[in-house]
Amino acid sequence: MAPNRTVINMLIIDNDACIGCGLCEDNCPFDAIHVEEGKAVVGDECTLCGTCVDHCEVGAITIEKEEVAGIDLDAWSGVWVYAEYRNGRIAPVTHELLGIGTDLAAKRGVKLAAVLLCESAGDVPAELIASGADLVYTVEDTALKDFTDDAYGNALEDLALKYKPEIILAGATAIGRSFIPRVATTLGTGLTADCTNLEIGDDGHLHQTRPAFGGNIMATIMCPNHRPQMSTVRPMVMQANEPDASRSGEVISESVDPARLVSRCRVVKSVYSEGSQVNLSEADVVVSGGRGLENAEGFRLVEDLADLLGGAVGATRAAVDADWITYPHQVGQTGKTVASKLYVACGISGAIQHVIGMKSSETIVAINRDEKAAIFDVADYGVVGDVFEILPAVIDKLKNR
Amino acid sequence: MNIVVCIKQVPDAKDVRLDPETNTLSRDGVKSVINPYDRHAMEEGVRLKEEFGGRVTVVSMGPPQAKAILQEAISCGADDAILVSDRAFAGSDTLATTYTLSQAIKKTGGVDLVLCGKQATDGDTAQVGPGLAVRLDMAYVTCVKKINTVTDKVVVLERMMDDGYDEVEVDLPALLTVVKEVNTPRFPSIRGLRKARAYDIPSYTAADIGADPAQLGLGGSPTQVVRVWPPEPKGNRTMLEGSVDEIAEKLAEIFHESSIG
Repeated sequence: MAPNRTVINMLIIDNDACIGCGLCEDNCPFDAIHVEEGKAVVGDECTLCGTCVDHCEVGAITIEKEEVAGIDLDAWSGVWVYAEYRNGRIAPVTHELLGIGTDLAAKRGVKLAAVLLCESAGDVPAELIASGADLVYTVEDTALKDFTDDAYGNALEDLALKYKPEIILAGATAIGRSFIPRVATTLGTGLTADCTNLEIGDDGHLHQTRPAFGGNIMATIMCPNHRPQMSTVRPMVMQANEPDASRSGEVISESVDPARLVSRCRVVKSVYSEGSQVNLSEADVVVSGGRGLENAEGFRLVEDLADLLGGAVGATRAAVDADWITYPHQVGQTGKTVASKLYVACGISGAIQHVIGMKSSETIVAINRDEKAAIFDVADYGVVGDVFEILPAVIDKLKNR
Repeated sequence: MNIVVCIKQVPDAKDVRLDPETNTLSRDGVKSVINPYDRHAMEEGVRLKEEFGGRVTVVSMGPPQAKAILQEAISCGADDAILVSDRAFAGSDTLATTYTLSQAIKKTGGVDLVLCGKQATDGDTAQVGPGLAVRLDMAYVTCVKKINTVTDKVVVLERMMDDGYDEVEVDLPALLTVVKEVNTPRFPSIRGLRKARAYDIPSYTAADIGADPAQLGLGGSPTQVVRVWPPEPKGNRTMLEGSVDEIAEKLAEIFHESSIG
């Protein structure tokens, strides 16, 4: 039996009950409700978040709800992880997803499956099983050699409709963030981007937590009436299981209608960056430089330190705009978001546009001449000093270790 | 080439902060601006029009105040602007948003190319572009950093990947989401400002776009925000002091300890 679901329509203010106290206005996160001529009036900015309903002491505000027929949630079961595989390599986030997926599947008492879309699977399924997958669904087809949103999206959609998993997780990577929204849209279900925490609540639903407004607030999001519940998850946040080659699991080879794998996009060529230097979002260590490095030559100090620490090079928008380094290295609002174990900010003032791209790093070290620089507000360790003195000295120490 | 550019009004990042007493977003003195990525989408639309002809229509879904960014888009070279605004859209998640936008875009008719910013800086989801493409039954490519060639059938472009970039050929009609590397947006021209001042922006309601009410707003949104709270504040920072040599020694130790384990 499909349960009824609640549809929320409109915020209703009872003018007879409203005493014009203004508590709703004071507490509205969106500045959408105002007291005018002694009565609360709701404006167009209202997102129906319900904060005013909770704060109203006279019960004058309600959100109109309507029950409509919902889908049968129990028909959907199992936890799936999209196993990202490109250029002969499993994306590290896949193992992290299998880690959190193991917990979620255990809590739900269901199996954990990985879905692998590729030209040829080889030993990859065995690796996924060692990392925690009970099942691996593989679709092998030359049409899946290169990543295209159409083909990958259709393949995952078809499998999801066939097996009906209750949860689908994918990495919040370039690929995951590109084609997973397509699958959520075709399935008509909810998707939460960039999750940093996932839990099964006492209600049995997936509670998805993500930063919003550039990390200034955290929000927990649910998808209570639709299935599957879908999330993309930030790399470097979840803990992978220790690989166990003795684990057993089942590999199920699936085929997808070839017509569904015809894409309206064709990859002409893939150009891979040298080494792992550029993939900031997967790096344990990121050393970043800003305007304080003064010029391209100064910026080389940042690169030298990153090399010695086996880390990736990051940069502020100013450094990228000055052509000291290319755009893929930019961290912040219009660049990448990193959550490294160690983030070293060199000659970076700490403008909010930069900070929101790196503040979730575990240990942040800031070196800046200006003791009032905002970067020190988010730092665990701060050094007020000249980067041209400090960096060469540290590089020297590290070389001699 | 008929081009639609989707833009969003967002709070200026540098002004957004959490009120420590009420734990709500403080909007005092917060300016609203065009989402930074969308500026690049607008610029790319105008450049393509200048090269290949056609029209650029900017569309924004939001409250009536969002007319301000549409005016700005006209001053930066867009030909037409449409506001999609209705109380019924309140509480839309990305699924309801893509439905609403797609209904509005279908009404404009005959679109060859839709351009969006990679993501909006308030929600950061990057889901509206792909979802909108599905609704419009168009091919799409995300994170486009360069457009190489355009014919009447295909666009050849470069998309950013985590480990480099792909050169991709995509059939038209298509939707592209762009990153800032794609171009440098222009400033409004005097002519544009004059045009913007005279331009009366039409506003479409839910009824105007023939929308199914069940798919709109909070009711049409599968996801629900159940809790919002401020992130854990950082612990106290430690300032390192001493001679350059002493500081360097301490840093080397911190780097060693933080990068392992």
